[in-house]
Amino acid sequence: MGAMIVFLAFAFIAVVTGIGVVFSRNPVYCALLLVINFFCLAVFYVLLNAQFLAAVQVTVYAGAIMVLFVFVVMLLSPAREQNPLRQMGRFGLIAMPLAVVFIGQIIFAVLAGTMSPVKGPYSLDQINRLGGSVQAVGRVLFTDYLLPFEVTSLLLIVALIGAVVLGKRRV
Amino acid sequence: MVPTEYFLIVSAILFGLGALGVLIRRNPLVMFMSIEMMLNAANLAFIAFAYQLQSLVGQVFVFFVITVAAAEVTVGLAIIVAIFRMRENVDVDDLNKLSG
Repeated sequence: MGAMIVFLAFAFIAVVTGIGVVFSRNPVYCALLLVINFFCLAVFYVLLNAQFLAAVQVTVYAGAIMVLFVFVVMLLSPAREQNPLRQMGRFGLIAMPLAVVFIGQIIFAVLAGTMSPVKGPYSLDQINRLGGSVQAVGRVLFTDYLLPFEVTSLLLIVALIGAVVLGKRRV
Repeated sequence: MVPTEYFLIVSAILFGLGALGVLIRRNPLVMFMSIEMMLNAANLAFIAFAYQLQSLVGQVFVFFVITVAAAEVTVGLAIIVAIFRMRENVDVDDLNKLSG
């Protein structure tokens, strides 16, 4: 019951901030509303017993990626604010009802399908027995998914080199 | 406890809003933010299923998605800054040539 109230409140905030991100005039408002959206998603992750990922979401997404966005928005802010609804162009009027239809199709597909009855080994008791969300995710990450983990480190190095090269002035 | 379908509905709404943002907005930074919203909607779906199916694979996948999104944002924003450093107002419709 309490979980339902929390879910409904934060789902409402998440959807409203999502609409604000899409339709907001000022890109700084969009960035800040997106941060609030990410916080709402972190609350959902806690509701779904993914506490480690909630912390990662707040730290990495809301705390690092959005800070980068705000920096770049400040760097590239336009001289005047433009109304995004007037700037939509030819496709804007077709895109909005199509987006509603798209969302409706996904919701229909979600509600019409059946859940698989096969359950994995990591029930709530098993996760708590392993010592919590961090230990359980760490166990899976470092045993079954060790190769993607190491490849991700390579990806981060590549991204780092790419960002440095792209940021250089023409020499 | 909240049924999984409710989380998937919220994920669908956020995904559709992100797609709408990519289509409607002309500012490249806001387009990029809408893409991040789509990624987060997919993350929510992953974690909802991980809870429903009592498997941690969904959570591990979200870990990787967040990492890849961080790398993508780094490189993407570097590209945007490199392109739009010279211009006054940023509009993706001006980018219609592959060079310069």
